[in-house]
Amino acid sequence: MSAPFRLATGGRIDRSKPLRFTFDGAAYTGFEGDTLASALIAGGVHLMGRSFKYHRPRGFLTAGPDEPNALVGVGASQDRYTPNLRAPVVELHDGLVAESQNRWPSLRFDAGAVNDLFSRFLPAGFYYKTFMWPKSFWKTVYEPKIRSMAGLGKAPTAPDADRYTQVYAHVDVLVVGAGPAGLAAALAAAESGRRVMLADEQPEVGGSLLHDVTATIEGRPAAAWVAETLAALEAKGVQVLTRTTAFGYYPHNMLGLLERVTDHYANPDPKLPRERLWQVRAGEVVLATGAIERPLVFPENDRPGILLADAARAYANRWAASVGKRVVIATACDSAYRTALDLKAHGIDVAVVADLRPMPIGPLVDAVRAAGIRVEAGTAVTGTRGRLRVRVAHLSRLDGRGGAHAPEPVACDALLMSGGWTPTVHLFSQSRGKLRFDEGLQAYVPSVSVEKERSAGGCNGVFDLAAVLADGYAAGESAARATRVRAPASRAFPVDGTHPVTGGHLGAVPHSRNPSAVKAFVDFQNDVTAKDLKLATREGLRSIEHVKRYTTTGMATDQGKTSNMNALGIVSEAIKAPIPQIGLTTFRAPYTPVTFGSFAGASRGDLFDPVRKTPSHSFAVEKGAPFENVGQWKRAWWYPRPGEDQHAAVRREVKAMRSSVGMFDASTLGKIEVVGPDAAAFMEMLYTNAWAKLGVGRCRYGVMLREDGFVMDDGVIGRLAADRFHVTTTTGGAPRVLNHMEDYLQTEFPHLAVWLTSITEQWAVTAVQGPKARDVIAALVEGVDLSDAALPHMSVVECRVCGVPARLFRVSFTGELGYEINVPADHGAAVWQAVYEAGQAYGITPYGTEAMHVARAEKGYIIVGQETDGTAGPDDVGLGWAIGKAKPDFVGKRALARPAMGAADRKQLVGLLTEDPATVLEEGAQIVADPVFEVPARMIGHVTSAYESPTLDRSIALAMVKGGRARMGETIYIPMPDRVIAAKVVAPVFYDQEGARLNG
Amino acid sequence: MLIIRCPICGDRPELEFRYGGEGHVARPAATEALDDQTVADRLYMRTNPKGLTVERWRHVHGCGRFFNAVRDTVSDFFVTTYKAGEPRPDLDALKKEAVR
Amino acid sequence: MQTYSALQLLRRAFGGHQSWEPLWRQPALKPAYDVVIIGGGGHGLATAYYLAKEHGITNVAVLEKGWIGGGNTGRNTTIIRSNYLFDESAALYDHAVKLWDDLSQALNYNVMYSARGVMMLAHTVHDVQSAKRHIHANRLNGVDNEWLDPEACKAFCPELNISDNIRYPIMGGALQRRGGTARHDAVAWGYARAADAMGVDIIQNCEVTAIRRDATGAIEAVETTKGTVKTRKVGVVAAGHTSVVMSMADVRMPLESYPLQALVSEPVKPTFTCVVMSNTIHAYISQSDKGELVIGAGTDAYTSYSQRGALHITEHTLDAICELFPMFRRMRMLRNWGGIVDVTPDRSPILSKTAVPGLFVNCGWGTGGFKATPGSGNVFAHTIATGEPHRINAPFTLDRFRDGTLIDEAAAAAVAH
Repeated sequence: MSAPFRLATGGRIDRSKPLRFTFDGAAYTGFEGDTLASALIAGGVHLMGRSFKYHRPRGFLTAGPDEPNALVGVGASQDRYTPNLRAPVVELHDGLVAESQNRWPSLRFDAGAVNDLFSRFLPAGFYYKTFMWPKSFWKTVYEPKIRSMAGLGKAPTAPDADRYTQVYAHVDVLVVGAGPAGLAAALAAAESGRRVMLADEQPEVGGSLLHDVTATIEGRPAAAWVAETLAALEAKGVQVLTRTTAFGYYPHNMLGLLERVTDHYANPDPKLPRERLWQVRAGEVVLATGAIERPLVFPENDRPGILLADAARAYANRWAASVGKRVVIATACDSAYRTALDLKAHGIDVAVVADLRPMPIGPLVDAVRAAGIRVEAGTAVTGTRGRLRVRVAHLSRLDGRGGAHAPEPVACDALLMSGGWTPTVHLFSQSRGKLRFDEGLQAYVPSVSVEKERSAGGCNGVFDLAAVLADGYAAGESAARATRVRAPASRAFPVDGTHPVTGGHLGAVPHSRNPSAVKAFVDFQNDVTAKDLKLATREGLRSIEHVKRYTTTGMATDQGKTSNMNALGIVSEAIKAPIPQIGLTTFRAPYTPVTFGSFAGASRGDLFDPVRKTPSHSFAVEKGAPFENVGQWKRAWWYPRPGEDQHAAVRREVKAMRSSVGMFDASTLGKIEVVGPDAAAFMEMLYTNAWAKLGVGRCRYGVMLREDGFVMDDGVIGRLAADRFHVTTTTGGAPRVLNHMEDYLQTEFPHLAVWLTSITEQWAVTAVQGPKARDVIAALVEGVDLSDAALPHMSVVECRVCGVPARLFRVSFTGELGYEINVPADHGAAVWQAVYEAGQAYGITPYGTEAMHVARAEKGYIIVGQETDGTAGPDDVGLGWAIGKAKPDFVGKRALARPAMGAADRKQLVGLLTEDPATVLEEGAQIVADPVFEVPARMIGHVTSAYESPTLDRSIALAMVKGGRARMGETIYIPMPDRVIAAKVVAPVFYDQEGARLNG
Repeated sequence: MLIIRCPICGDRPELEFRYGGEGHVARPAATEALDDQTVADRLYMRTNPKGLTVERWRHVHGCGRFFNAVRDTVSDFFVTTYKAGEPRPDLDALKKEAVR
Repeated sequence: MQTYSALQLLRRAFGGHQSWEPLWRQPALKPAYDVVIIGGGGHGLATAYYLAKEHGITNVAVLEKGWIGGGNTGRNTTIIRSNYLFDESAALYDHAVKLWDDLSQALNYNVMYSARGVMMLAHTVHDVQSAKRHIHANRLNGVDNEWLDPEACKAFCPELNISDNIRYPIMGGALQRRGGTARHDAVAWGYARAADAMGVDIIQNCEVTAIRRDATGAIEAVETTKGTVKTRKVGVVAAGHTSVVMSMADVRMPLESYPLQALVSEPVKPTFTCVVMSNTIHAYISQSDKGELVIGAGTDAYTSYSQRGALHITEHTLDAICELFPMFRRMRMLRNWGGIVDVTPDRSPILSKTAVPGLFVNCGWGTGGFKATPGSGNVFAHTIATGEPHRINAPFTLDRFRDGTLIDEAAAAAVAH
């Protein structure tokens, strides 16, 4: 398709590189350097989308990321589809596919536009006042209807095919924004030799200079000066990031930056990520984020073809795209006169400049008049016509009393407006810097910094080009010196071909039309009008935050960039309070939206969280074992033989272990070495048990409490020497236990000479359990008498196993004769294999975590975190015996004496045997005393562990039951959804109560 | 992400540290003698000030040491950090010093 | 109170909506009140409403430092559910859910309570055990909660990735169908409007600077930036600032205030019909009526009143969202903000009298206070009006920390909730 609005010359587009693209299925052509917006404008397209609430036709308002209207969905396939992109910042590439949003069935004929007809019934917050009857209709009728009308684009329906990366960077000076102020700041900072990073959201540096075709700096055209400055910066080693938006200012000078890497390519290198998330820690920051032009709030200011004046200038000068053939300009600010002059120079008919100000003066005004353009002072636009594109602007002379005279219709195909400039203080405000309202500028500007940061140029309320450059340079110098005191710039930048700009307007433009009948938009995307804001104030919502939330002004995807100040102006007038008294809504990160995927980066699948594997991992993989996630560990769950399901495998594993021998990888257990002359004294304080008298070479089961008396962890602890303990912890608890120990050692007991070392990763552990365990390991262990007399249950010896140094524990978590062979982790796999081979003669059976759980439950051994839940004291889980009663103190001792800890109705660990031995209870099931009950039922406990016991050939369960130990022999009941199961309360040890098998 | 000055290792990012709660909540020596309220106060009651707070951090992914810090809970800026065992600083004096 | 209805909306439309009355008055602070509520969030306003509505106490002031609903009420992810483990908690939160059910009608203000179902995911064997324990306990407490296997989870939430190509594959989920969301601001405004209509004075921009006690130690007056108010009863409902306010009465609290972040995406057409929570990998997500994906994070690591958190916390949450919902990876974060949550050692709230006669406190809701708003206000009003706790909040005393009768939901679930 031709591009009737493409200017013959000029622009920063490459006319030798045409690019084809589609919008809503229609084919268009643009050029390299175009944005989707500029290419469509060149093609004469202004109808871009439908507004959120009234589905009004909307076109482009801006030429940048502040765009509220022209939002599009981009992507040829669902796995690369992105909704809600702002057309002015979508760079064109060949084959780009874009579509409009929030319309049905089509953009030109949108059924939702019926809302506009009924808009008088849909004022701000109307949904709070209705949709309440009948009650059930909210969920079934009203809400689904509201939801389907709401939303803008469509979320992608397929998993994202792209990749994202993250970079961390440290710089001395970060300059945000590469317009004139940012370039000058970077130059100054670079000259000091500091590490400088310059980031800008646009594809090229230059900012507003990229569409300034008249200004010269240091005698060169602005664009040439930009190119030279960029070269100079790069020569000095400044890291220049384009397409990179600084979106968030986080504490301690950490900034989040999003770099768009491949979206502008037709066929990106598959090795490249789509986006990079930069987290930059900066010594000093210069914010040179510029300013945003404000719309004028006049009736019907939202039609396609109504744009901001400087946006139209940018489209013409930078992209050689004309917003129309005959334009009307409405302004309250000098800057729109630049637009008039530049458009006129491009041969575009500027019908009239209507200035709100009664007496606009200055060189720009003079120049416009001199160019033969009609200027009307004290004149406002008070209405427009044109359904899908503006075609008439009504100009009315203001009467000076808040009204306007009869309008003069002026035909046009574009209406350009400027209400002045709002400094972009988002990042400054995010940094918690304090703003002040500048009465002269009628704008909030940075006042007091909190972080090591300073603002320069437009965002600092400085608009004259020479002053902007000087301000930027001075900011760069102060940043390089890491001082907050900003001396006058040591360098001036002679500037020509540009004029100072003043003027502006906040709030609604006066008119004499029926205020309740016309719509003058403040927040274009969310369809918030001046009358909505006034309604909110009438309804008593006087805080600007309330007004914002009630009307949703400033809450659209542009976050109020073009609307917030006008809203403040309107509220100020409505409640008769000056703007500074009303305050400002909080600026929240991000400055512009940031892709979820960029935050996630590579953190997906196995990289979501580290995967820890045991030495026998490959062995288990070969055997086809499924793995259980336990903390970050992958643990073999069971080792199925062909044709076996979980149930059969676990049953076989337990039986084999009890009848002959089994092996189990226990490497995941946490291990801490407690060493030092005061090691025993330290252990006395950290565990409930007594340790001083534990003999060298002996082990003890230890219970650790939190200071509040609840069970924190447990494990078998061996004494390797008078001054050395080998502590084991639960698999998940290791880091917590070490931190707990370090805490007490360093802060409460620093007088104790003890050193703590995590050795979880250093020692691999193969557990060999079962009556033949000794026979299996005998051939592998060197120089140790394995007899029961020499190495009884609960003992430990340092020796060599399979030729490598080992710590051999005789311990059992199964109730069988058992050993745990600790060897240096590098030898873990080899020793595991050696045990497996040595065990072949006895039919050794590797077993997984499930069989381990069953076996320990048969013995009534608790698992901290399963039987306990952070509300269990040691006595509750039957570990009263492990409390050293004679000990004067240990962590948690005093808390155990609190009244509630000794109450008779505390939940206590018991065993349960179901009346029907085939019925296996469900873990987590609740227990009642009486099978007949009403809801809410009085629950007396819950099942913590339940299995079919292969050894007993019946179901068993462990449970925590109120006053459980006094209920031995009683029948209690477990209500399930479909039935009530009866079970008898028994001691929690189901197998080998006397422990004979341990001591064989 | 905060920058935290470990008294041993210097300035490091927050990710290397673990927060340790209010500082200078000493464990009494003779716990048996305490009444329940005193026990509960020590276990659970916290100053939780808005403004300068004295708190513990551990440089867990560094030197491993616990240390104390004075931080402004409104701005999240640290005023000072010091080794465990050193006396609690005079907050009023620090407030006057605290420029940044 | 002016009635809100479709008919009224229609009628007043013809008058250009000029005749709507303010939602609440802008009263001057009176010199004395029967009850002063410190904190104009959802819980405080609900307390005032129920004091007036159910106890006939209308000479009440709600003192708000900033603007009502501006604290956690306006900053949370609006999840409502009651499937708590312990009897005490289930009773408290279910009391709230029952009130939510016809709150719009009771207040004549549409709070948009939407029972879309809250599904809590299980990723490990431990999660499954914990979920089932909750489900069984809930059933016997009359609280709906059901177990879904992974396929049923997917059927309920088609966007969910239940394949085993994620680090912690989904092993199932617990679904409370009566759970859902509501419109947070509307809750504050609806309670404020209804309380105001019964005579409650809502005083904004009024910061309490001191709490005065008489010779016996009892509450005597409250000093504010707008003057001194005499009162014999003060209810402190100041969420993250509770420690600060209570210290004015020399009461130490078992609280720590942590930053809690949340974020929303850009609005999209309806795509996500339910609420999904994963405590294990820290992801909480729903879609608002406006179309934004509303996502909650876990708390930051350190106490703070800064109302902002760290980037890496947001990052961690979005890691989890992208892992569970890979088609949302291209969605974009629109707004990210922080609140201040007051956390108790057992992660259960405090709704209690204190040792100071006339001083009552409602706090410690941690990350989950919004869902309790109506129930909390209701039983707290009872406590203030009668001087004794309601049956439902009787266990949630301040003394439980001395006695050791904790209600440790966090430990029971082994996670924050």
